[in-house]
Amino acid sequence: MSDITSQSLFELTSNIKEKKLSSEEITKVFIDRAEKSKKLNVYVTDNFEKAIDQSKKFDSNPNFDLKLPGIPIAVKDLFCTNGVRTTAGSKILNNFVPTYESTVTQNLWSQGAILLGKLNCDEFAMGSSNETSFFGNVQNPVGENLVPGGSSGGSSAAVAANLTPVTIGTDTGGSIRQPASFTGTVGLKPTYGSCSRYGVVAFASSLDQAGPMTKNVRDCSMLLEVISSFDQKDSTSIDYKRNCYSKELSKDIKGKKIGIPKEYRVDNMPDEIEQLWKNGISYAKDCGAEIIDISLPHTNYALPTYYIVAPAEASSNLARYDGVKYGFRSPGQNLIEMYEKTRSEGFGDEVKRRIMIGTYVLSSGYYDAYYLKAQKVRQLIKKDFDDAFSKVDAILTPSTPSSAFKIGEKTNDPVSMYLNDIFTVPINLAGLPGISIPAGKDKNNYPLGLQVIGKPFDEQNILNISYALEDKINFKNDISDWWVSE
Amino acid sequence: MTIDLKTVKHISKLARISIDDEKANKLKGDLNNIFEFIEKLNELNTDNVQALTSIAETTLRFRKDEIKSENIREKILKNSPEENKDFFVVPKVVE
Repeated sequence: MSDITSQSLFELTSNIKEKKLSSEEITKVFIDRAEKSKKLNVYVTDNFEKAIDQSKKFDSNPNFDLKLPGIPIAVKDLFCTNGVRTTAGSKILNNFVPTYESTVTQNLWSQGAILLGKLNCDEFAMGSSNETSFFGNVQNPVGENLVPGGSSGGSSAAVAANLTPVTIGTDTGGSIRQPASFTGTVGLKPTYGSCSRYGVVAFASSLDQAGPMTKNVRDCSMLLEVISSFDQKDSTSIDYKRNCYSKELSKDIKGKKIGIPKEYRVDNMPDEIEQLWKNGISYAKDCGAEIIDISLPHTNYALPTYYIVAPAEASSNLARYDGVKYGFRSPGQNLIEMYEKTRSEGFGDEVKRRIMIGTYVLSSGYYDAYYLKAQKVRQLIKKDFDDAFSKVDAILTPSTPSSAFKIGEKTNDPVSMYLNDIFTVPINLAGLPGISIPAGKDKNNYPLGLQVIGKPFDEQNILNISYALEDKINFKNDISDWWVSE
Repeated sequence: MTIDLKTVKHISKLARISIDDEKANKLKGDLNNIFEFIEKLNELNTDNVQALTSIAETTLRFRKDEIKSENIREKILKNSPEENKDFFVVPKVVE
């Protein structure tokens, strides 16, 4: 049997069901490895003691009918976990212990999973490199002093470094797919309305979605099946019949029409990414898919639109952090001073910047020029995809315009940081499902990803296409464990 | 258009985030860079485009108006920043 921590979710669940491994055994090896991997800084809060107790409890009365039987899982610290500190990577929630559970994490525990701990992320999920976290940056296991992407950077690093079998992240503009691409892992952002937002710390409510982050496509289908559910507690949750994604997973994509949007060939894109994309296209052809050139004419307007819509919603969502009912409070002579000091000391620079943008675009006299304009352009971006999907079943693009960059490289230039999300943001604006799979490496041996975008609620189709491509690509991450201390 | 220091201070007041002059100057630079990038949207004529207000294309669901809550008073007060088992405490509001 291969090393336990490097096993896929599929292997681990099989081994548990066949009684070759116990939940306690598995849980302990992940904890041991985490203790030796502190240098990566993936954990904000661990739940190790309770996890071992719960694994023993599972083993003493196992239920092998569950989909995640006794499987230990760490999750992004943006999901509220009952009784376990939830910080969203912010000082302002440093002492916050939820008294309720998010629906997606509840779905994990209901299927037998055990909480290992809470994973580092950019503050309030605002960032593309995990450098905005109050708890410090995360190291990418791919190489020293490389960012793991963001905002789900602790999650992507934890999966790539074999510190959790799988994890869940959240994606508002690319926060699952970009870090997956930077770490050679798989990440899927579901259709808006698939996974409940209840109990997920809100960033931009019309864009936020939770989704699986895994080592491979099959694990991704298994985890999506568990977390995707209709939920009365989320007013935008959609009641539709969800597939048994893992059961219906198939490499047969013969005759599928895959669109290639010419607008994703951006200026200064490295040749390696162009080549990666070409390879992906030829693999899809080998699998019997039909390749069709398409146009998404408003692609270049997606990022500017996003940087109005997302900060506007964020400034409204984050108004609740005022030091009154929970979270950090800085004392003041009067109520207003308390608010202002609490928010000034409690939020980091990037969050403040986005609150300021959002406040400005929503302020009196500017609403029409910015927010309304952005909502209109968002309609045009959505229409681009509607038109494209009348001709094709899915769209294939690169996941990111570059591979992982060095820590500190882009922190002083917000706009260049924002450009990282150029291929992922349009999908959130249109509410579509998208998946990033590892597809190759650049000259530095850093992973690069390809993105498959689907029609609304067509997660099965993009999983199947990814499953077929994954087989042809045969990606190997070969990470050296450089950070491990004995 | 450019955002001046006075505007930055005004926004910070609206956002209830106190900032000193040094931070305000830094933010002024950042915001101007970001808005320069955002101005690209003005290239598009959107006169006849309907604003997209909801991506989910569903109407809000109705539910029965019935009391479901348990007694969660303690849970709600549990994370209160200042110790007081009965109320949230804030600085004096009425002089």
